[in-house]
Amino acid sequence: MDAVIERIDQQVNGHPVVIYMKGTPQMPQCGFSMRAAQALGDTGVAFAYVNVLQDPEIFENLPRYADWPTFPQIYIDGELVGGCDITLELAASGELKPMMESAAAKQESASSQGAA
Amino acid sequence: MSRKARLQACLNTALTPMHLEVSDESHMHNVPEGAESHFKVLAVSEAFAGEKLIDRHRRVNALVRDELTDGLHALAIHAWTPQEWFDKGGGAAPASPECLGGSKQAS
Repeated sequence: MDAVIERIDQQVNGHPVVIYMKGTPQMPQCGFSMRAAQALGDTGVAFAYVNVLQDPEIFENLPRYADWPTFPQIYIDGELVGGCDITLELAASGELKPMMESAAAKQESASSQGAA
Repeated sequence: MSRKARLQACLNTALTPMHLEVSDESHMHNVPEGAESHFKVLAVSEAFAGEKLIDRHRRVNALVRDELTDGLHALAIHAWTPQEWFDKGGGAAPASPECLGGSKQAS
């Protein structure tokens, strides 16, 4: 695995929820990124973000990581959920929050087992 | 042939949708006139039945792969079965967000 793919892999698997977006949740630089980050934020569950505009290497290589051509990309429990449209649909149907909560709980129990 | 016409032809053939809406939303973004860079698709097709959202989107992305590597920068996708579309009221695709300038950030 090359270095950048390994870095993405660590980010995606090291956090229950990660959004790769243009800008930040506070200062989004793209309307689709803004809406997706907003939907994640509205659940009240913590999430990590990567600003792809600040990381050209990830910007260039993320599309081939999960074979997904556009930004933003949202990963929950290590798996690509989709982009803005899917995230909004999952939020509207009420599925998003439980998905994020169960990913967060899973990671917490994994890390507490690791510490024991 | 415009990109819009190519997208329509390609999706019509592959999905035989009961309803298809392809909109060129490039004018909403900071790109030159005629850029054909930002599009939105609403495809209503039985072909999506039993398929997860991500797999529907992957299918649409794969169908238009050549466009995505040739100047198509953003593609909003709403891929529903006829029943889902009716349940949502059977109307137009949801409005896309305003541009916040991110695609020009690198320059």
